[in-house]
Amino acid sequence: MRTIGFILQKEFRQIFRNRTMLPFIFVVPFIQLLILVNAATLDMKHIEMILVDRDHSQLSRQLSEKFTQSPFFKLVEAGISSEQAEEEMLRNRTDLIVVIPEHFEDRLYREGKTSVQLQIDAINGMTAGLINAYASQIITGYNQELLKAAGKNALVNIVTKYIDIRYSFWYNSELNFKHYMVPGILVILLTLISMFLASLNLVREKEMGTIEQINVTPIQKHHFIIGKLIPFWIIALFELAFGLVLGKLLFRIPIEGNLPLLFAFAAVYLIAILGMGLLISTLSQTQQQAMFLNFFFMITFVLMSGIFTPAESMPAWAQKVNILNPLAYFMRVIRMILLKGSTFTDIFRDFAGMFAMAVVLLSLATWRYRKIA
Amino acid sequence: MKEFIGFVKKEFLHIFRDPRSLVILFGMPVIQILIFGYVIRNEIQDVKIAILDESKDPVTREITNHMLASGFFQLEQNISSTEDVEKIFKRGRVREVVIFEQNFAEKLEKEGLAHMQILADASDPNSAKMIVSYTQGIVSAYVQELNNQVKSPLILEPRVRMIYNADLKSAYMFVPGTMAMVLMLVSAMMTSISIAREKETGTMEAILVSPLRPIQIIAGKVTPYILLSCINAIMILILGYFVFQLPIRGSLTLLVFETILFISLALSLGIMISTVSGNQQVAMFISALALMLPTLLLSGFIFPIENMPKILQWLCYIIPPKYFITIIRSVMLKGTGILEVWKETMVMVSMLVIFLGISAARFKVRLH
Repeated sequence: MRTIGFILQKEFRQIFRNRTMLPFIFVVPFIQLLILVNAATLDMKHIEMILVDRDHSQLSRQLSEKFTQSPFFKLVEAGISSEQAEEEMLRNRTDLIVVIPEHFEDRLYREGKTSVQLQIDAINGMTAGLINAYASQIITGYNQELLKAAGKNALVNIVTKYIDIRYSFWYNSELNFKHYMVPGILVILLTLISMFLASLNLVREKEMGTIEQINVTPIQKHHFIIGKLIPFWIIALFELAFGLVLGKLLFRIPIEGNLPLLFAFAAVYLIAILGMGLLISTLSQTQQQAMFLNFFFMITFVLMSGIFTPAESMPAWAQKVNILNPLAYFMRVIRMILLKGSTFTDIFRDFAGMFAMAVVLLSLATWRYRKIA
Repeated sequence: MKEFIGFVKKEFLHIFRDPRSLVILFGMPVIQILIFGYVIRNEIQDVKIAILDESKDPVTREITNHMLASGFFQLEQNISSTEDVEKIFKRGRVREVVIFEQNFAEKLEKEGLAHMQILADASDPNSAKMIVSYTQGIVSAYVQELNNQVKSPLILEPRVRMIYNADLKSAYMFVPGTMAMVLMLVSAMMTSISIAREKETGTMEAILVSPLRPIQIIAGKVTPYILLSCINAIMILILGYFVFQLPIRGSLTLLVFETILFISLALSLGIMISTVSGNQQVAMFISALALMLPTLLLSGFIFPIENMPKILQWLCYIIPPKYFITIIRSVMLKGTGILEVWKETMVMVSMLVIFLGISAARFKVRLH
């Protein structure tokens, strides 16, 4: 026990003496949290739009007005030809071109049917889908208005049967995307910091040669590993707490569930992540190698964790691979506990999986660590 | 010149002697592209739902079948009371509960109006929105089927053309993004670490007392990484072209020129990072924290910049990958020429000059 105490003392001293590193551990992550949570939004506002009205009728003007008054769209140009509009799209100045064709009003009243052309810059398929949805909504809404204005006669027998659908969004009735992103980004930052610190620490001692000095002392393998891990473990748990406070104060994220449960899970999760960091450390000769391995795992883990896209829509084989992705567990659990108030029985399977992973990774790291150079 | 070639040779040896890093260096982009292409999906598919059917008649069964046959939904369980909803949402598998009221078919037939309810787990707000609108779509299509004998007298119909990416393939978005990210990481991180490493292990002294001039030292450090980054860029383009059928609509020369410009920019950023960091850890943390997440989130790679708050939009202007991603998308996917992207190109050139200037001013021939 005393040996561990001394190692702890040494490690903490090393961490706090390194003045240049301290801000990266304690300040930068939180600045990132503040900035990135605001950046990661799919709430489409001010979609850039060009209106090409070729009809110049009352109806076309009314429809144009519907578009310009919508909070989703921002008119960047009007009154130019559609060729010019396409040119503008080529230059990234607009995301949507609405073309109201000639004889728009005429056709509607004579033939009962007319069309509006929407041209959407679809390089980002995700946003193109949303733009299409918003624009179509405006057009259908206007169609309904026209129908109503056409009077009772036109409406006879249109709807005989009707299913009324009411929907409610649970746990996040305002669909506030930040409530979803804060826990996610917090998990990434926590993982980034602890995995990098743990994996660079041991290999740094190797590279500097100071590992030799430790190897010749009577310190035992597990003492050494425990002594190396505990400081980062404490720092990471502290950062989680601080991040949650920030999230609560600045983004008003809900904390529905039991915080001790969240911290218990985080404690196990961090053991797994630190164990993994140490394992990388024992496998690498230089910090550069360790960093590479870190990045490789980090990027793969993050992309597959379900932070930006729902993990459920991944193909089945990828979901199987995800069983080995610790980030996916924590990402799921932190959102369940914070946003939905899930209890221990709800996350039991994740807890068990995480625990097994922690044990395996830590044992592997201890086994791989040799007291020889 | 002879000294310089020797120095470059030394740098190459450093890299090639470490096969493990090399594997990751070239493996990372490939795996990233494949993950993005095959794994990351934004569409709704096989969402687990629960159904609370208090009516159990042909109509509700029909609607349920329509939902399950669409491929978007998968029935996880039938429940018998609204009290179960809370429980199954908390367990986290079921995303949506559909509730049919009692005597659904009868009410629809006699009164022409029946009620159903959709409860969505909105802890993931985006998917919740999509799930609800898909369900509404399926139900209203079904209602239209029931009413199909009657036609609306005035139809205003949107004709949608998805330009540049008619099939809404996600590869169009992530190939340019991944390219920016990989080049940024490889070039900036590697250079900064490699210089910081020489400082930390003390070998920088040896290089500084050699007849090499500072400019040669820096040039020698970056030459191998320029080559590696170019290989990476080519690999990503080939993967995008052959595996995901990504077109190259613009001029290949322009694309190559812009890529080399971006690689140089990333390398100069790496040099700048190394001049401000005393050891490898600091260099790595600056690279990791200051480059990875902002490249992912502030460059317009995944989240459009127009949606961000104004202050963040200003911040995005200083993120180099933003310009590169815009250029690549324009040149590769839209087929624009230099006339349309000269502004972005100029910004990258000026950034390059600024970074190099700062590095030159900060690069010290003496260590302490």
